[in-house]
Amino acid sequence: MAVEGAVASRSGLRSALPLLAPAYLWLTVAIFLPLSAMVFFSFMTDLPLSGKPWAFTLGNYAAFFSQSLYLTLLLASLRLGLEVTLWCVVIGYPAAYVLAKVLKGRSREAIFLLVILPFWSNGLVRIFSWAMVLREGGILDTALNAVLPFKINIDLMYSYPAVIIGLVHSYVPYMVLTCYLTLQAIDDSLIEAGRSLGASRLQVLKRVIIPLSMPGLVAGAALIFVPVVGSFMEPRILGGRTGTFYGTVIEDQFVAVFNWPLGAALSFILLAVVLVILAIASPVLRRAA
Amino acid sequence: MMTTRILEGLGRLYIFLLLAFLYLPIIIMALMSFNVSPFYQLPFEWTTEWYASLWQNDQLISATWNSLEIAIITTIISVVLGSAASLALYRYEFRGKKVLQALLFPPIAIPWLITGTAMLIFFFGVGIGRGLFAILLGHVALALPYVIVVVSARLQTFAPELEEAARSLGANQWQVTMRVTLPWIMPGVIAGGLFAFAVSFDQFVVSYFLSTPGQTTLPVEIYAAIRKGFTPEINAVSTIIIVVSMALMLLTARFFKFGGEK
Repeated sequence: MAVEGAVASRSGLRSALPLLAPAYLWLTVAIFLPLSAMVFFSFMTDLPLSGKPWAFTLGNYAAFFSQSLYLTLLLASLRLGLEVTLWCVVIGYPAAYVLAKVLKGRSREAIFLLVILPFWSNGLVRIFSWAMVLREGGILDTALNAVLPFKINIDLMYSYPAVIIGLVHSYVPYMVLTCYLTLQAIDDSLIEAGRSLGASRLQVLKRVIIPLSMPGLVAGAALIFVPVVGSFMEPRILGGRTGTFYGTVIEDQFVAVFNWPLGAALSFILLAVVLVILAIASPVLRRAA
Repeated sequence: MMTTRILEGLGRLYIFLLLAFLYLPIIIMALMSFNVSPFYQLPFEWTTEWYASLWQNDQLISATWNSLEIAIITTIISVVLGSAASLALYRYEFRGKKVLQALLFPPIAIPWLITGTAMLIFFFGVGIGRGLFAILLGHVALALPYVIVVVSARLQTFAPELEEAARSLGANQWQVTMRVTLPWIMPGVIAGGLFAFAVSFDQFVVSYFLSTPGQTTLPVEIYAAIRKGFTPEINAVSTIIIVVSMALMLLTARFFKFGGEK
C-alpha cells in the first residue's frame, strides 16, 4: 500500500510539474529570492555593486539595538497597529453583526458589496480624500462652524488622530468581511435556544455569538495589524511631521538616505515581528479552517 | 417584540453611518474636482477645467499608459500561470502539495513595504534594476496568489466525474481541459483576472520602490504630486481612478461571491 502510494505521488508530481513550474518559478524569482537576498544584504557594510569594498557586519543590527530611536519608532508603529485594529473591531464588528443577522436577501447582498467595495479601490486615493475633509477650512471645519454658534478651528490634518482616521477608513472593511463570514455561519437556532433558556441578549452575545465568531475577529485583526505596522504612505500624507513611524524610516533608507543595508536590516526586523504575530494568531485561524 | 424592532432599526441606522464614513470623503474629493477654486474654497462653482488640464499633463498621461499596459500584461500572465497551477493543485496528489499551497500566503500576508524593498535590493543585485520591467515582475508575483486562490475556490465546485466521462468518451488531456474543465471554471478565471488587474492597477508601494523618474505608474505619480501640495488636478485624476476601480470590482462581484454564500 505504502509503496503504491509513493509511486502514485511521484507520478502525480511528474504530471503536475509542467503546470506548476511557471507560477512557482515566478514567485521564487520575484518574492522568495528577494526576501532571502534582503536577509543577506542586511549583514553587509555596503552594496557589492558599484565596485565599492564591502564586508560582512553585524553593524546594521547593532544600529537598531544601540540607538533607541529605531526601537522607539517600532514601538510607536506597534501601538499604531494596535489602536487601528481596536477601532476596526469596535466599528466593524457591530456592522458585520447587523449584516449577518438583521438584514436579509437582496438588501444584505447590496450593502455587503458597498461595504467591501472601497477596500478593493485605490488606497492612496482614499487616504488623499481624507485630506480634503480634515484640513483647516476643509469640509469638517466648514460644516461644524456652520452648525455651531461659536467659532472653532478644526485642523486635524497632520496629526496622530488624522493618521488613525485614515488607516481605520482603509482597513475597517477587512474586519467587516472576516467577521461577517463567521457570524453568518452561526446557526440562528443556537441564539434562539440561548434566549428561550432565559439568557439575556447580552449573555447570548457574550457566551454564544462572540466565542463562535472569534476566528473571524482574529483573522481580521491579523489582516489589519500586520500591514498597519508596516504603513508609511498613510502617515506621510496625513501625519506630516508627526507622521514619523517605523515604516517611514525604512522608506527613507531606500529613497532618501540610500543606506540600503540598514534598510534591509530594519525591514528584516519588521518581518520577524510580523511572523511572530502571525504565528501567535495561526492556532485560532487553523481551528476555524 | 417592540425592543427587537427598535434594535433592528438602530442596526440599520448604524450601517448607514458606516457607509457614510466610508463614502463621504470620496464623494467630497470628487466634488472638489469640479470646483472652480484651486484652494478648495466654497461656495461651490461648477467647472471641468481640472479635467481638461489633465490632458495637458504629459507626465501623468504617460504614467497612465504605463499603468494600463502593466495591469493588462499582469492580468494575462497571472491568469494563464495561475489557472495552470490551480489545475495541477486540484488534479494531482503529490508530496509537498501542502507546502506549495502554504507558500501562496506569504506574498499576501507580508506587508508590501517589506516585499517592495526586498525586490528593489534583489533586482538591483542581479542586474534587472528598476523600471517598468521590474514593476511587471513584481506585479505578476503579487497577483498570482490571488488568481490561484480564486480559481481553486471555483474548482472546488467542479465534479471530477465530468473529466472522467470526457476521457472515457475518447477525449485527450488537452481536449478535456479546454472543452470541459475550462468552461466550468471560467467565472473563477474571469474573477481572478479582474482581481489581478485591480492588484496591479491600484498597486502603489511595490511600484514606488521599483520605479525610476521616467518609468513610473499612475499611483506613484499621484503620490509625488500629493507630496508637492494638494491641487484640484489630483482630485480629478483620483476621481477617475476610484470610479474605474470601483466599476471593476462591481464587475468582479458578478463573477465571484465575496461572501462565499450561494
